[in-house]
Amino acid sequence: MKMPKPDEAVIARRAEIIAAMRAIVPDESVIADEDELKAFECDGLMAYRQLPMIVVLPETTEQVSRVLAYCHENGVKIVPRGAGTGLSGGALPLADAITLGLSKFNRILDIDFENRCVVTQPGVTNLAITQAVEHEGFYYAPDPSSQIACSIGGNIAENSGGVHCLKYGLTTNNVMGVEMVLMDGQVIRVGGKHLDSDAYDLLGVITGSEGLLGVITEVTVRILRSPETAKAVLLGFPSNEAAGDCVAAIIGDGIIPGGMEMMDTFAIQAAEEFVHAGYPLDVAAILIVELDGPEAEVEYLIGRVEALAKGEGATYLKISESDEERIRFWSGRKAAFPAVGRLSPDYLCMDGTIPRGQLAYVLKRMAALSEKYGLRVANVFHAGDGNLHPLILFDSNVDGETEQAEAFGADILKLCVEVGGVLTGEHGVGIEKRDLMGEMFTEDDMKHQQRLKCAFDPGHLLNPGKVYPTLHRCAELGKMHVHKGQLPFPDIPRF
Amino acid sequence: MSDILKPETPEQVLEAVKWAASEQTPLELRGAGSKAGLGRPMGDLPCLDLSGLTGINYYEPAELVMSAAAATPMADIERALAEKNQQLAFEPPDLGRLLGGTPGLATLGGTVACNLAGPRRIKAGAARDHFLGFQAVSGRGEEFKSGSRVVKNVTGFDLSKLIAGSHGTLAVITEATVKVVPSPEKVRTVLIRWAQDGIYDHGGVKAMNDAMATPHEVSGAAHLPAALAKLSAVDFVAETGRAITALRVEGPGPSVEHRCRELRQLLGKYGATEELHSANSKVLWKEIRDVSYFTHEHDRVIWRLSVPPAEGSRVALKILEGNPGEALYDWAGGLIWLALRPRDDALAEVVRRHVDAAGGHATLFRAPAEVRQEVSVFHPLDTAVQAITKRIKEGFDPNGILNPGRMYEGM
Repeated sequence: MKMPKPDEAVIARRAEIIAAMRAIVPDESVIADEDELKAFECDGLMAYRQLPMIVVLPETTEQVSRVLAYCHENGVKIVPRGAGTGLSGGALPLADAITLGLSKFNRILDIDFENRCVVTQPGVTNLAITQAVEHEGFYYAPDPSSQIACSIGGNIAENSGGVHCLKYGLTTNNVMGVEMVLMDGQVIRVGGKHLDSDAYDLLGVITGSEGLLGVITEVTVRILRSPETAKAVLLGFPSNEAAGDCVAAIIGDGIIPGGMEMMDTFAIQAAEEFVHAGYPLDVAAILIVELDGPEAEVEYLIGRVEALAKGEGATYLKISESDEERIRFWSGRKAAFPAVGRLSPDYLCMDGTIPRGQLAYVLKRMAALSEKYGLRVANVFHAGDGNLHPLILFDSNVDGETEQAEAFGADILKLCVEVGGVLTGEHGVGIEKRDLMGEMFTEDDMKHQQRLKCAFDPGHLLNPGKVYPTLHRCAELGKMHVHKGQLPFPDIPRF
Repeated sequence: MSDILKPETPEQVLEAVKWAASEQTPLELRGAGSKAGLGRPMGDLPCLDLSGLTGINYYEPAELVMSAAAATPMADIERALAEKNQQLAFEPPDLGRLLGGTPGLATLGGTVACNLAGPRRIKAGAARDHFLGFQAVSGRGEEFKSGSRVVKNVTGFDLSKLIAGSHGTLAVITEATVKVVPSPEKVRTVLIRWAQDGIYDHGGVKAMNDAMATPHEVSGAAHLPAALAKLSAVDFVAETGRAITALRVEGPGPSVEHRCRELRQLLGKYGATEELHSANSKVLWKEIRDVSYFTHEHDRVIWRLSVPPAEGSRVALKILEGNPGEALYDWAGGLIWLALRPRDDALAEVVRRHVDAAGGHATLFRAPAEVRQEVSVFHPLDTAVQAITKRIKEGFDPNGILNPGRMYEGM
C-alpha cells in the first residue's frame, strides 16, 4: 500500500507547528512524544501502521476551526480520527499530518423527545446515545458491531451499518444534521431537527465521506421508540443454496425482518467453540432471523418464517423462547470475528456486497479461491442486504502469506463487483480498498466524485491518500476540454 | 418556441450535452414537464426533452431493486411494482395538479431530481434514501455513474444524495436505480375528530407527536383543519365539519388491528376516534400526499415548510397571524403546506423569519413566474454553504448549461 510521499518541508517545521497548536489548545492536548503517539499509529485495520507527525485533541468547535485555519494557511495535512475502530484504515496517520482526535467531544448536548432526536458531540459512542434515551423507551437504530466503542462522528464518516439496517436503514438514513468545520476553518451547519432541506444534500454527501470533506463537530440523529418485543429464529440448512433460497423466500413473501444473518460451517464452528451459542453443528449454514414489533405481529410473522424455512428444507429450527435465548442466538454472530480470529494468528475481514441471488454462486467461487490460495475463509453475512464478511485466515509470520491473503481478498471483492455488487457495504474504502476503486468506477466516475472533494477541500489537505487511488489536482479537474462545433448530432431528433 | 432536442438513448443525451457544453448553450431539462413550474423561472431556453428515455431496465423483486430510464412515468413504475405486490416506500407524490398542470405525468427522474416524498417520509425516508444509484451525463458532457443495485454500499462519495434534490442543475440523469419494498398487507387510519369549533392546530400537532412517540410505527401523521377536511373525497372526513387528525398504520393484519386499538386508546383524550379501512385510507393519504386541498384556487401562493415537527403549528399560526391562508400539516407537523393570498412578495420575509426561528427550510412551491423571479424560491443559504454549492455547480457544470438559475440566481 503506497501512501502519498511525506512532505519533508512540513516535517522539518514540526516544532513550529507544535508551538502553533499549543497556542490554540492546552499543552497536554498536543501529543508529540513518540511513546504517546504510538497509541494513534493505526485504527481497526491493524495491518497498517504509521506514527502521526503529532496528535491534537481539541475540545471546542472554535479550537477545531483555528487548528484547521492554521493548517490551511500553512499547508499542513489533517487526518481526522474518532474512536479509531474503523476497519478500512480511514484514520491511518500520515507522517506529515496532524491526527486530529475528536475524543474530547464527548458530551450529549440535547435530548429532544418531542422531536425525537438527539444532538450530540461526535466523540460520543454509538451505544451511549441509546443508553441516554432508553429510559424513555427510545433507541438509536444503526448498530455496528463495535457500538460499545465506535463514535457517532466516526459512524457518520463511514456511513456505518449494523445488523438492524435492513429494516431501519444505515447511518445516512438516521442522521438529520451536522455542524462541520471546513478545511479553511469556516463552520457550517447542515440540516437540523427538521427533515429534508430543499438544497444540495450536503448532509447526504458528508455522510460516508471518510473524513475527506470536513471535520464534524456536532451531530443530530433521529431516535426511534424501541419495538415492543423481538424474537429470533435460528435455522439450520444442509447447503448454502438452501439458506440463500430461504432468505429470498422470506423477502419474497413480503417480510422485512429486523435482522437476518447467515454464517457458514466454519464460522458456526468457530463461534460455537468460543461462546456456546447453541448453534447446530451438523449443518452447512445457519440463518438467524429476528422479527420485532408488537407481539401480535411477531407471532404472526414467526409462523410464516417457520413455514417458509421448512419449505426450503431447513433441518434445524429453534424459536427463541426468552430474551436471554434471543441474545444468545446473536452472541455467536456478534462474536464471530474474534471467534474466527482465535483460530489463526491473523485474519482479514472483507466487506463486499452482492445481489442476494448471487450468494450461492459467490460462496462456491470463494471456496475455489480458498483452495487456490491455500488459505481458509470463514463467512458471516448480513443476508438480508447482501453484505458479505468473508474472514481470510493467515499468518503474517509466514513469508508471503500476508500478500497472499491480500490478493485473495482483492479477488473476492472483484468477484463481488463482477456479479453486480460493490467493494464495501459498510466498512468504507479507506486505504484498504483504495486501489480497487477502478474495479467499480471509471476514471470519469472518480473524477466526478473528486470534484465534490474540490468543492470542500481544494488543497487536498484533508485525509489525503484515502479512498481514491489518484488525487487529481482540482485545477486539472476543473478544466473542460471541448472542441467547438465538432458535433453535428445527426442522430438526435430535433423539433 | 425555442429549440427542442429530444434524445432517445443515453448516448444521444451525451451527444446533446456535449454539444451544448461546447456551444455554451443553456438547456432546460424536461421529463414530462409536470414540475416545470417548480423553481426559479429560467426564461425561454432550448429544451432537452428527455421524454424519449423510458422503460424499466431491471426489476428483481427478490432483490428489492428496480432500474429505469429517467423519464419512465411513475405510473408505469407503480403498475409494475403493484403486480409483484411491491411499492416505493417514500410514497412519491403527484404534484402536477398542485403546480397548475395535469396529474399523472410525473417521471422517476423528475421525482428523484426534486427529492420528493409523501407522508411515509417520517417512517421510511425521502426519495434520496431510496435512490441507490444512477447513470448520468454531467454538464461537462461526460458520462458518469454512482452507487449500484445493492442497498448497502459505501464505496466512494454518495453522489446519489447529491443528485437527488439538485433539480437537474448538476447532471442529466439517464437511468435511476431505486430500492423497492413489499406493500403492506393492511392499511388503516385512526382519525381524531376534534370538537365543533375552534382552532385545533396545536392539539393536532401534539396528538401526532404523541402517536409518533409510541412503538406503533405510524407511517403517516397529518392534521387537516376543518376548512381542508371538508374538501376531502372521503365522506367520513368531509361530513364532520371538524378538524381531523389522521394517523396511518400499515403492516400484517393482526399487527395493524392491535396498533390501531392502542392508538385509539392513547388518543381518545383529544376527541372522538374512528378508523378508516383500506379503501378510504388510500383515498385520504393520496389527497394529503398530493396536497389536493390546495389545487382549487390557482392564484394562491403555496409554501412548503420543513420544520421540527413539534414546532409545526406554532410556525404556521405565527405566519397566518393577520395573513389569511390555510395550513395542511403532514409529517407529524414537520411538513407544512401553506396556501396564502396572492402577493407580489409571497410574504417571504415573514415566512422565512418564523421558519428560521424554529430551525428549518421554506420553499416557495407555487407562485406566478414574476414572483418566483423576485423572491428566492429555495431557502437562502449561508455564505459558506452557498460558496460550496457554487463550487459544486461549477465542478459538475462549469459552463452553467444545465437548468441555469433554476435553484439560485446566477448559479
